[in-house]
Amino acid sequence: MALRRVLQRSLMDRIFSWVFPSTELVIASDTSLEPIKATLFPGDGIGPEIAESVKQVFRAAEVPIEWEEHFVADEVDPRTGSLLTWESLESVRRNRVGLKGPMATPIGKGHRSLNLTLRKELGLYANVRPCLNLPGYKTRYDNVNLVTIRENTEGEYSGLEHQVVRGVVESLKIITRQASLRVAEYAFHYAKMNGRQRVSSIHKANIMRKTDGLFLKCCREVAEKYPDITYEEVIIDNCCMMLVKNPSLFDVLVMPNLYGDIISDLCAGLIGGLGLTPSCNIGEGGIILAEAVHGSAPDIAGKNLANPTAFLLSSVMMLRHLNLNDKADRIHNAILSTISEGQYRTADLGGTASTTDFAKAICDHL
Amino acid sequence: MARRSFPTLRHLLRASQSSPNPSLGLGFPESRRSVTYMPRPGDGAPRAVTLIPGDGIGPLVTGAVQQVMDAMHAPVYFETYEVHGDMTSVPSEVIESIRRNKVCLKGGLATPVGGGVSSLNVQLRKELDLYASLVNCFNLPGLPTRHENVDIVVIRENTEGEYSGLEHEVVPGVVESLKVITKFCSERIAKYAFEYAYLNNRKKVTAVHKANIMKLADGLFLESCREVATKYPGIKYNEIIVDNCCMQLVSKPEQFDVMVTPNLYGNLVANTAAGIAGGTGVMPGGNVGQDHAIFEQGASAGNVGNDKIVEQKKANPVALLLSSAMMLRHLQFPSFADRLETAVKRVILEGKYRTKDLGGSSTTQEVTDAVIAQLD
Repeated sequence: MALRRVLQRSLMDRIFSWVFPSTELVIASDTSLEPIKATLFPGDGIGPEIAESVKQVFRAAEVPIEWEEHFVADEVDPRTGSLLTWESLESVRRNRVGLKGPMATPIGKGHRSLNLTLRKELGLYANVRPCLNLPGYKTRYDNVNLVTIRENTEGEYSGLEHQVVRGVVESLKIITRQASLRVAEYAFHYAKMNGRQRVSSIHKANIMRKTDGLFLKCCREVAEKYPDITYEEVIIDNCCMMLVKNPSLFDVLVMPNLYGDIISDLCAGLIGGLGLTPSCNIGEGGIILAEAVHGSAPDIAGKNLANPTAFLLSSVMMLRHLNLNDKADRIHNAILSTISEGQYRTADLGGTASTTDFAKAICDHL
Repeated sequence: MARRSFPTLRHLLRASQSSPNPSLGLGFPESRRSVTYMPRPGDGAPRAVTLIPGDGIGPLVTGAVQQVMDAMHAPVYFETYEVHGDMTSVPSEVIESIRRNKVCLKGGLATPVGGGVSSLNVQLRKELDLYASLVNCFNLPGLPTRHENVDIVVIRENTEGEYSGLEHEVVPGVVESLKVITKFCSERIAKYAFEYAYLNNRKKVTAVHKANIMKLADGLFLESCREVATKYPGIKYNEIIVDNCCMQLVSKPEQFDVMVTPNLYGNLVANTAAGIAGGTGVMPGGNVGQDHAIFEQGASAGNVGNDKIVEQKKANPVALLLSSAMMLRHLQFPSFADRLETAVKRVILEGKYRTKDLGGSSTTQEVTDAVIAQLD
């Protein structure tokens, strides 16, 4: 019994050091040093345009980042089994920071989906989406300020299904102690770093007693290490109901894979859709891959009509992880004030500005 | 020409001379039906209905239903049985009674979290093979919500899927849970959904799934839905992925009509839809199978409220009252059902007696008395 406890504790320590390999993630924030290299995947469709906006705003704000751009190839790279080349993945692993635009997964056989490739190769285990009402853009909900943290590797999306006999299919949902501890650690760490008061873990352990029960046990263990952060557990159907009635009840939400998928999209819907929601994936060894979760919108590609807000907000998240907090705050405030003024808004927010005008307005607001 | 218009004129005068009905012009069903229901002799004999008060707020709200039924002199009498969430299984006499009476009205049964007893709600459904769970989420006139024009019925498969209860620990620290989807269950829930849409004059059925990730399991569910859809050419059918569905529910809920879902997604979608239309305190619903039906609060049947509400007796009886109206229609007493529904809707519209979850501060008893007062 004591031995088991020692082993458990050493497992937790190992996970902690694995998740946070060093307390300072990157080079010191002294900007006179050489610029930080970051990998950029512009993506398809409207991707290149919004990537250009990000580069423009970063230049205007004098952010010390040097971009390494990589594109999706036309043929399958045999080393990765997908259209993303080995060089691209190596670049992210080396730089430890990346920004990914919308990628349209081409339909076809013989290669893995792009998102799956990135997730598996880079070990991206947590997806973080802060949902904040954009002042000036009115939705039905006014007081949304929450962060959803979703476990991204296992759970219901393990892809392990088989047909038992004709007409009967089984699908496996896997929950491991290791993955649950990892994401719970990240959730509490995030809450602490960002001054959040409360972490709620979302589950259905009254029905799925062992699987979600294990997830809850891991969350409780991590919660004990952060006594100044309130921890609560909410059943998912209750959570859905409370979110649509009063989203201000929640602060940080940590969830397994499937619930996380649904709840994070629900929260994105509360603030205005995927076109306005930033998102960031956390990988093994402290790799950050910020991304745009909206689609590539091929119908407006190349027309300078796309809304770069989600991509810009994701890049701000990336800056915060790099400890460039003052730059991050400047850009964030510039985005919020541009949208709230209302003079320069892209078509999806009800305005008439083009992508470049919008980006220029943000630069002016810096 | 003049002679033929006389009866019409007389009818109009008579209608205008009768007592002014406050619900006229607001789209409420009138208490007097214009199409008469012709019963068979003996249909008016009182029917036995099993009543399970349950835990927490359950006894309060089922008490409210009993009072209203008495006031209406409805031809139902209740056989009450005590069942509590911490029992290991539902007592056999209760199951016997439901099998005999075929209809049951139930308050919530609390499920302990994280271990020990399996949910009694789920047990009842499996035992009696109540394979369809129905929640009707709609805007109640007079109750302000953020969304308008909501009228969604969520039909959820109730016996298999993620709630199969088949879990085991592979090695310490690794747990597996099986999600089982069968063609048999998917087909019968799809058939029920389309039949419901057909019998209730609904125009569209939407299947909710995650088949882009769970290709075999949800793929089988979708296949069954598509097959049944071909048999109802008059009803539109479409499919939507569950995360997109939740996003659309909070932004544009008016696009949904009837939704058919497997077990877990149905739980989430039903609760989201109930939340946007006014809360789980007012949405009616029930579980139905081939031979039996259990009526209960629409969404979140395991939510029995907290101790404070029980102490102050401020639980919301509206959901269970509307469910009991559904039950009366199921028992083929449409006139009583209409009277009950109209009374409840009038009370909500008036706005004077509302419980805390609707923004008021009345107790359960006050709302019940108001409903009884509004009965025709």
